[in-house]
Amino acid sequence: MKKLIMLLSAAFVFAACGGGKAGEEKAAADPYDASKKTEATTAEGNPSYDPKRGEGKFTKVEVPATLDAAMATNGEKTYGVKCSSCHKLTDEKLVGPGWKGVSSRRTPEWIMNFVTNTDAMLNKDPEAQAQLEICLVRMPNQNLSDDEARSLYEFMRKNDGVK
Amino acid sequence: MLYAITAAMFSLFFYKQQLLTNNKNQNKMKYHKTLLPVLYIGIAALFFNACKPKNAGTAVTSGAAAKAYVAPGKYDEFYNFVSGGFSGQMAVYGLPSGRLLRVVPVFSVDPEKGYGYSEETKPMLNTSHGFVPWDDLHHPELSQTNGEIDGRWVFGNANNTPRVARIDLGTFRTAEIIELPNSGGNHSSPFATENTEYVVAGTRFSVPPDNVNGDVPINTYKQNFKGHISFISIGKEDGKMDIAFQIQTPGVNFDLARAGKDKSHGWFFFSCYNTEQANTLLEVNASQKDKDFIMAVNWKKAEEYVKAGKGRKQAVKYAHNVYNEKTHTATSEIKTEVTVLDAKDLKDICYFIPCPKSPHGCDVDPTGQYIVGSGKLAALIPVFSFDKIQKAIADKAYAGDYEGIPVIKYEAALYGEVQKPGLGPLHTEFDGKGNAITSFFVSSELVKWNIKDLKVIDRVPTYYSVGHLCIPGGNTRKPNAKYVIAYNKITKDRYLPTGPELAQSAQLYDISGDKMQLILDFPTIGEPHYAQAAPADIIKNRSVKFYKIEENANAFVSKGEPTAKVVREGNKVHVYMTSIRSHFAPDNIEGVKVGDEVYFHVTNLEQDWDVPHGFAVKGANNAELLIMPGETQTLKWVPDRTGIFPMYCTDFCSALHQEMQGYVRVSPAGSNVPLTFSTGKNLPKADSAAAAKPAAAAGK
Repeated sequence: MKKLIMLLSAAFVFAACGGGKAGEEKAAADPYDASKKTEATTAEGNPSYDPKRGEGKFTKVEVPATLDAAMATNGEKTYGVKCSSCHKLTDEKLVGPGWKGVSSRRTPEWIMNFVTNTDAMLNKDPEAQAQLEICLVRMPNQNLSDDEARSLYEFMRKNDGVK
Repeated sequence: MLYAITAAMFSLFFYKQQLLTNNKNQNKMKYHKTLLPVLYIGIAALFFNACKPKNAGTAVTSGAAAKAYVAPGKYDEFYNFVSGGFSGQMAVYGLPSGRLLRVVPVFSVDPEKGYGYSEETKPMLNTSHGFVPWDDLHHPELSQTNGEIDGRWVFGNANNTPRVARIDLGTFRTAEIIELPNSGGNHSSPFATENTEYVVAGTRFSVPPDNVNGDVPINTYKQNFKGHISFISIGKEDGKMDIAFQIQTPGVNFDLARAGKDKSHGWFFFSCYNTEQANTLLEVNASQKDKDFIMAVNWKKAEEYVKAGKGRKQAVKYAHNVYNEKTHTATSEIKTEVTVLDAKDLKDICYFIPCPKSPHGCDVDPTGQYIVGSGKLAALIPVFSFDKIQKAIADKAYAGDYEGIPVIKYEAALYGEVQKPGLGPLHTEFDGKGNAITSFFVSSELVKWNIKDLKVIDRVPTYYSVGHLCIPGGNTRKPNAKYVIAYNKITKDRYLPTGPELAQSAQLYDISGDKMQLILDFPTIGEPHYAQAAPADIIKNRSVKFYKIEENANAFVSKGEPTAKVVREGNKVHVYMTSIRSHFAPDNIEGVKVGDEVYFHVTNLEQDWDVPHGFAVKGANNAELLIMPGETQTLKWVPDRTGIFPMYCTDFCSALHQEMQGYVRVSPAGSNVPLTFSTGKNLPKADSAAAAKPAAAAGK
C-alpha cells in the first residue's frame, strides 16, 4: 500500500509537471530562416514552378527586337556600382559567372526575378542552385528596383551584341 | 509550483483515506508513522515552492523560468535601454529574456565598431577640451510625444565632461552630442518634457561660471560657485539639439529631475542636495540639514522671459557634434554663446520645496499631480501635490528664501508621507494603476505603494542594493506595467565569481499580478544606472537595414569597383577601396612609403541586411573598421617600417571570407617604387625573375 501511494504521488507529480509545459511549443514561421521555405519545391516536386521563369514578380517581360540604348546605358551604371565586383562581361568566371551570352542562356523573366528575388531563387531554383555549387558564394541581394533590373537586362543584351 | 500543491493535496487525501482505513483496522499508529514523511514533504513543498511570494524572504519560484523564456528565433516583447555607467555606452537588452542585443557606443571609443577611431566618427567625441575618449553614462531617456514613448530617439548623459547624446533608434547609433557650458558633472540629465520639447541638464557640481576667472580658492564656494540648469531644445522632426537657455541658480548639487506631465506640463522638478554648500567631505558636511530641496521650475515662464530678451548672452565654449547619415561623417562645431536667465532676478521661474535628507529621485506620477521625493538617508517618502504647490505660490506660503529663491513651506506643498516604507529610498516608477514602486538601496528591496492612500501594498527583496528601477513607460503618462526591472549595485554571491570585479546585474520581476515576482537575473555591461524600456513594436519596424549606395555622399566614396583607386597627395595616400563578398578592390597596393599617411576609405558595396564588412591592416595604431552595407568609413594608418603589410576583412561575410584579404607593400622614404594598385591582375610574370625558378623547381 505504501509503495503504491508513493508511486501514485510520483506519477501525479510527474504528469502535472509535464502538463504545465503544454501549449508552449507553437512553432512560428520565421521570415529570416530561409531553410524553412526550401523543402520539396524543386522543378519536379512543384509542378507550378516554372524553371524558365524563376520565382518572383516578373511573369512576362516584353522585349523589343532592337536595343533600347538609353536603357542599356542606365543598366551599365547599375552594373558598375552593384555587379562589376563579381561579374565580368566576358565568359570568364570571377566570383560569379561571366555575363557573355547570359541573355540567350536565360529568359528575361528568370534574370529579372533572380536579381530582385535572389534569396528565394537560390533556395528553390535548380539552375541558381547549380551555379551556387560552382561559385560557393551566395549572390548578394543588391536590392535592385524593378526599373534597375529591366535596364540591367538591356545592358546584358547590349553586351551580347543586340543592336 | 502547481505540482507542489497538487502533490501536497494528494498526500493529504491519501492520508485521510489511510486514517479511515486504519480506524477499521485498529492499526492507526503504524500507518501514521509511515505516512507522515509523505505528508511533510508535500506540505513542505507547498510552502517552500509557493507560487506567489508571501513575504520579502521568499525566493524565486518555479513558474519564473517560463515567464522569462523566449524561445530560440522568437523576438522579445520589449527593448530595454540600459545605461552602461562607467563604460560610457548604452546597452540594449530584450525583455523578458534579458538577452544582450547590442551595445551602442556613445561617450567612449569602441574599437570593435571603429567608433572614435575612424576618421568619420572621431569628431563625435570632440569637446571644448579636445578629443575625450571616455565618459560615464547614467540615464537613458526615450523621446515622447503626448506623454508616451514614441520610439524615435533615446538620449543619454555624460556625467564627467558634461554632455548629452541623442541616439537614433532607426540606426541604433549616436547621431548627435552637445556639450554643456557652465557645468560640472552632468548628472541631473537628460530628462525630457512630454513632447520632447526640451531635454534638461542640471549640473551636479556647482562651479564658477565659464566666463569669470575660475582661479579662486575652493573654499569660496558660497561666493563664487553657481548652479546651472540647461534646457536643450529638440527639433520636432530631426531631433537636432540646441541649448535654448540656461537658468543660473544658487550653488548646490543638482541630482535628478523629471518633467511635469499632463496638468503639470510646463513645469520641471529637480532634486538638489548639498544646500549646506560644502566643498569638502560632503559625505558628512552635505548631510547636516534635515531637509534639502526639490526645485520646481516654470519653464513655460522661462521661455517667455527668453523671448522677451530677459536672458543675458554669455561667452562660453562648447562643442556640438552631428553625425550625417548621408555623408556617413560627423562634424564638430565649437559654439561660443549661451543665453542665461538668473533665477534670483526673475522671481517667478524657480521655487524651492523642502525635501527630507538629501533627495535623489524626484519622480512625477502619470497624472502629473504627484511629485515623489526620495531622500537617500530618509525612512519615509514625501509626496508633493502639484495643485498644492500652485496654491502655495499663489498664497505666497513661503518659509523664507534661499539666496533670493522663494522656499515654499513643506506642509503647504505636501500631499502626504509614506510611513516606514523601507530604508534609503532612491527612485520611483509608476504602474499606471494608481501605484508607485520605489527602490530602496539600504534595505535592498522594491516596495509597491498606493499613491492615493500612501499605504504599502507589497515588497520584494533585490540582490543586492538596488539603485534605479524601470517599468516600461514607468516615467510617462502611459506605463506598460508588465515588468519592473531592478538595477543592482552589488551582486556578491549571485554569479560565478570572476576575481575581484564581479558581474553587474539587473533583476526582472513580473508585476502583472498583485504580488511582485522575481523571474530572472541577468548580467549587464559597465554599471547599470537608469534604464528605460519600450514595446518592441514601436521600434523594430523602423530599423534601417542598409544605406542606399546611390545616396552615399561621403567625400571619399567609391560607387562601384571600377571607381576604386589610389591617389597620392604629397605624403598622404588615399585608398578608395570597395568591399563585397568576398574581396577588396584594390587588394594589391605598391608604392606606399615610410612616413606616408595612408587613408583607407572603404565602401561596402553590399545592398542587403546584415552584411557588414570589416577592415584591418597589420601594425595600425588604430582599431578596425566595421562598415555597414552602402556605407563608407575611413581608417588612418601610418606605416612605421618597410615590408609587406597584410590587410583583411574582420567580419565573417561568406564561405570565402578567409580569402577576403590583400597586401600593401611599404618601401623606404624616398623610394621610387611607383604607386600601383589592382585586384586580380598583379600576377607573377612567367619568365622574368630568376629567383622564382628555384622555388618553382623545389615545388616539383
